[in-house]
Amino acid sequence: MLAMNYRGPRRVRVSEKPMPEILHPKDCVVRVTRSCICGSDIHLYNGLVPDTRVGSTFGHEFIGVVEEIGPDVHKLKVGDNVIVPFNIACGECAFCKQELYGNCHESNSQATAVGGIFGYSHTAGGYDGGQAEYARVPYADVGPTVIPEWMDHDDAVLLTDVVPTGYQAAEMGGIKTGDTVVIFGAGPVGIMAAKCAWLFGAGRVIIIDKLDYRLEFAKEYAQCEAYNYEDMGDPVLFLKKTTDWFGADVCIDAVGADATGSALQTITGKKLMLQAGAATALHWAINSVKKGGIVSIVGVYGPTDNLVPIGNVLNKGLTVRANQASVKRLLPRLIEHVKEGRLNPKGLITHRVPLEEVADAYHIFTSKLDNCLKPVLIPSTAKK
Amino acid sequence: MENIADQYKHIKGWGVDADPTNEPTHPMKKYTGDDHNRINWQRPALQQYTVEILKSNERPTLSAVNGTSVPPSGLSGVLRRYAFKFSESSYGHWLPLLLADRINVVEGIIDDIKEGHFPNIPAERGIAADWKYNRKALIQKTVAMAAVSFILFTALRSKRK
Ligand SMILES: NC(=O)c1ccc[n+]([C@@H]2O[C@H](COP(=O)([O-])OP(=O)(O)OC[C@H]3O[C@@H](n4cnc5c(N)ncnc54)[C@H](O)[C@@H]3O)[C@@H](O)[C@H]2O)c1
Ligand SMILES: [Zn+2]
Ligand SMILES: [Zn+2]
Repeated sequence: MLAMNYRGPRRVRVSEKPMPEILHPKDCVVRVTRSCICGSDIHLYNGLVPDTRVGSTFGHEFIGVVEEIGPDVHKLKVGDNVIVPFNIACGECAFCKQELYGNCHESNSQATAVGGIFGYSHTAGGYDGGQAEYARVPYADVGPTVIPEWMDHDDAVLLTDVVPTGYQAAEMGGIKTGDTVVIFGAGPVGIMAAKCAWLFGAGRVIIIDKLDYRLEFAKEYAQCEAYNYEDMGDPVLFLKKTTDWFGADVCIDAVGADATGSALQTITGKKLMLQAGAATALHWAINSVKKGGIVSIVGVYGPTDNLVPIGNVLNKGLTVRANQASVKRLLPRLIEHVKEGRLNPKGLITHRVPLEEVADAYHIFTSKLDNCLKPVLIPSTAKK
Repeated sequence: MENIADQYKHIKGWGVDADPTNEPTHPMKKYTGDDHNRINWQRPALQQYTVEILKSNERPTLSAVNGTSVPPSGLSGVLRRYAFKFSESSYGHWLPLLLADRINVVEGIIDDIKEGHFPNIPAERGIAADWKYNRKALIQKTVAMAAVSFILFTALRSKRK
């Protein structure tokens, strides 16, 4: 089968790989019909995530058709079209039992801090991902969810990660009716977080980025205010002023380790790798939220350390909530939102690229060429 | 509340998930108390391995399932195994892994050549996309690189004379 193949920082190609097999009685094999490239893949692509081995296949946002099931799979059958959540979860450990499906303890031996994630380095379990024609999916009865008949598959593929992550970012913000919510990052995740902040009753939603085409899009799509941090000098001061010198009620970091905007953070975080990526957005989030406010982090950072003003977290009495999205937990509610037309995930997709052109797709998305917001890869075996 | 909802009529679904009782919210809300049983839950069946899987020393056994892509090999593999002697809290774990990742890139090129495949690095970096959407920058970069190479080349040659 054809699969994306990582060769080193900013070098990928497609190659022939062996077909995935059932390796555990609860596995299934899925023929991928769509898979996305995510902002999280940029951290891998840039070589920021330790134990990213040459020859790995990325891809944690995919849907497909069940082709084969293990002897202990009972809820799925061959031929089902499924949404595959990006986290691999057993459903039985103490963490899964609390619906912390992003923190499963039975899906990754290689780190205890993170559960198994498809196509996300050996630090997240060493699974081959879905940027391929086929993928092995463990615990097939737990994560994969049958796509409702009425649902457009372009919506379905975004339910694997972007929608639940954006929604959970807003949820963890503990938004109270009328709150001012500031979101750093107008990527797919940040834009979805802005959209979802309204569902929780936000009174004012502000999104910050430096790419005008994304800000323009966000303003329309998420009906929010959108500002370019490059035009405001000091973003923290700007946000203080625009909240009557009080600070935002909730700040969301939807940027993570590949942030721009501070030379010190970029040099120490991305060039010298003295910290686990650049924590610029988190720094701004902590400093722009009100005293006693909430910072919700969904932007991904590496496993070592980052430079953040922890003293201000203390002095301001902040609550910090963060997690990998617990996709399975949120799917029923999110499917309802899509059905009712409250969320329109497929509106985020800007590029459809054949799997064979994966190298170009990565470059376009990472370098933000051609006003790219969300690329979807389509394997030639998608239609069979 | 009524009043404020009126203000947001233009936003479909505004406030439908507002729930003042949802506090503290995720990741806390489904707390079961089972945490005090520690890791003694009924485990899923264990995957049988035919490849080497490294294990964090912060857990006693392998997790029930794991990915099997790219087992450790070569010099990078030696470093990766060494890294797993240290906990996830230690630089002794992460720095050797990052170094191994870089060595692995060179191993990848050597493997490619051994298999008779010379990697097309510009294509792997997506140069076709640059040509399509970023042509000006690509040309500028190429011209600058050519100029630097030319200057270096002539400087070296004149030195030799
Ligand atoms: N927690 C989770 O479960 C989860 C799931 C998916 C993605 N993520 C993470 O969410 C983040 C965003 O993902 P995405 O797909 O939207 O990525 P993306 O790269 O498309 O978007 C990130 C945006 O942030 C902007 N940005 C950079 N520095 C900034 C700064 N200092 N302030 C404001 N904006 C800044 C960039 O210009 C870009 O538009 C990534 O870190 C990704 O890893 C987390
Ligand atoms: Zn993702
Ligand atoms: Zn689990």
